[in-house]
Amino acid sequence: MSRLPFTPDEYGEIVSKLTPPSRHLRGYLRAFWVGGVICVLGQALTLWAETLSLGETTAPMFTTSVLVFLGTTLTGIGVYDRIGKYAGAGSAIPVTGFANSVAAPAIEFQREGAITGVGARLFTLAGPVLAYGIAASVLVGIVYWLIRGWVL
Amino acid sequence: MDTLFLFIKAFVVGGLICDIGQLLIMRTKLTNARILVIFVVSGVVLTALGLYKPLVDFAGAGATVPLTGFGYSLAMGAIEAVNRYGFWGAFVGGVTRTAAGITAAVVFGLLNALIFKPHAKP
Amino acid sequence: MSRAGKQTFVYDRPPAIVAHASIAGPKEGQGPLAEWFDVVLEDDLLGQKSWELAEMEMVRRCVQRALNDAHMGEDAVQAMLGGDLNNQIIASSFAARALGIPFIGLYGACSTFVQALVLGSALISGGDLDNAVCAASSHFCTAERQFRFPLELGSQRPPQASWTATACGCALLTAPGEGHSGPLRTTCGTVGRVIDLNITDANHMGAAMAPAVFDCIAAHLSDTGRGAGDYDLIATGDLGWIGRNLLLELADAAGVALPPDRLIDCGASLFYQEQDAHAGGSGCGCVASVSCGWLMKRLEQGELRRLLLVGSGAMLSPTSSQQGQSVPGIAYAVAIERED
Repeated sequence: MSRLPFTPDEYGEIVSKLTPPSRHLRGYLRAFWVGGVICVLGQALTLWAETLSLGETTAPMFTTSVLVFLGTTLTGIGVYDRIGKYAGAGSAIPVTGFANSVAAPAIEFQREGAITGVGARLFTLAGPVLAYGIAASVLVGIVYWLIRGWVL
Repeated sequence: MDTLFLFIKAFVVGGLICDIGQLLIMRTKLTNARILVIFVVSGVVLTALGLYKPLVDFAGAGATVPLTGFGYSLAMGAIEAVNRYGFWGAFVGGVTRTAAGITAAVVFGLLNALIFKPHAKP
Repeated sequence: MSRAGKQTFVYDRPPAIVAHASIAGPKEGQGPLAEWFDVVLEDDLLGQKSWELAEMEMVRRCVQRALNDAHMGEDAVQAMLGGDLNNQIIASSFAARALGIPFIGLYGACSTFVQALVLGSALISGGDLDNAVCAASSHFCTAERQFRFPLELGSQRPPQASWTATACGCALLTAPGEGHSGPLRTTCGTVGRVIDLNITDANHMGAAMAPAVFDCIAAHLSDTGRGAGDYDLIATGDLGWIGRNLLLELADAAGVALPPDRLIDCGASLFYQEQDAHAGGSGCGCVASVSCGWLMKRLEQGELRRLLLVGSGAMLSPTSSQQGQSVPGIAYAVAIERED
């Protein structure tokens, strides 16, 4: 490796010096207002659900389903990726982002067929979220069951 | 006036939660997929510790719409089902409570694949 | 054909570049080099059923165009050397299937075009081939879904990320002295080493490749006894503007004279800053289309006389980066000179 003037560590320092940082303030502002607007939309849907006299458990389901529908549809017409480029976490963190992460591979891999394409890839991105979210909830349930049995 | 205040709380809390995600995107080398997993699992853990429920009561959709809210539903579901069914409730509650969201994502995702074609980015 | 030093072929019978063609996608066609490309596509899909087939069709059209310019039929071409970024280089091999030209598939990531020129020139100079067509392509949509995310996913790119060019370039080489062959000759080619300075950010390909590019240029200059000043222009493949600055740092620290005004990067030249391509263009088609469309034409016009074209590649795969491996780089250099 005679010709290279830097060790990997030295080179790493030069790389981080010459790489421009992300534009932080702008990033936070955009994520904040887009994320906030999506949550306001969710709040409006919740209030609407109350006037429809859906039950206490079904009202949140209504809100979630409508938001998911919005997320997948905006993905389908090719708008959500542009929102995501603008807002970053502001559109990735709300449940619409979860919908986007399901719909995006479904559309992308339709040319690989209904089974190995759409069906298998549907959860490439959302799969880890469900796997670890569900596993964590089971763990919480078991711990709660143990504590409850021990206390009572 | 109360309604307006409700919306402002949802906007601010939801925006702040998203900014935590933005912080992770810009300050760390974590991939998007990892950040989403961290959010859901944090939601589950915070709920189990009793810290997330007050936020939901305060901010409504501002706390339930972000993915931490998905974790909140999973954990609340598991705890309530344990109350109702005992041990096996732990295996039932989380998915039951979030079934609508997951199913909607699957069904609408599949419908999208039927209707729309992939777009090239500009 | 003879050798110079450890890594360099000297083409004693310098092959002629008798024809070249370039095709660029719609976004590339809005960049600063738009008017230089032979064809600017209006549609990323080229009327095909998938992005992969579209890339294949782009390669086929590009090769066809170069052959038409040289008034040559596919039957007369003895070999096609080329590759792309798809798994198992399907765009190039499927194009070769349609063209019926004997095919040597190559993979050097984004350096593939220069790799093909280095090898094709060696085979012709050595008398093993009378002619060869060298081609390489990339397509934003095929690369994105293979290496990163589905197109519709809403995610942000960091500033160091590059934009895979939808583009293809193709050059037809023939043995010297065969009819009217134009002024361009390939005179020597350097095969680079795979260099790794432990860059693990798969988005930061300019940083991953700059050391390999530096190593290859330094090897070329020391093997041939030339200096950077012997070239009117040194054009690197797709380091992007951050990678280009890193290359200058490396050269400076190693005491290799590399005048900044004679060093350009194809990826950094392909897009305007406001086109949101971040660090610049990348992909096999980037250096291929920019050299075939822009640089070779400038040589033909006499504006440049000696060009050192240095293709750079990041040798990563989704598997290697998911397993946390660093990103090694490779580079190839070929000298293209005017003969009057």
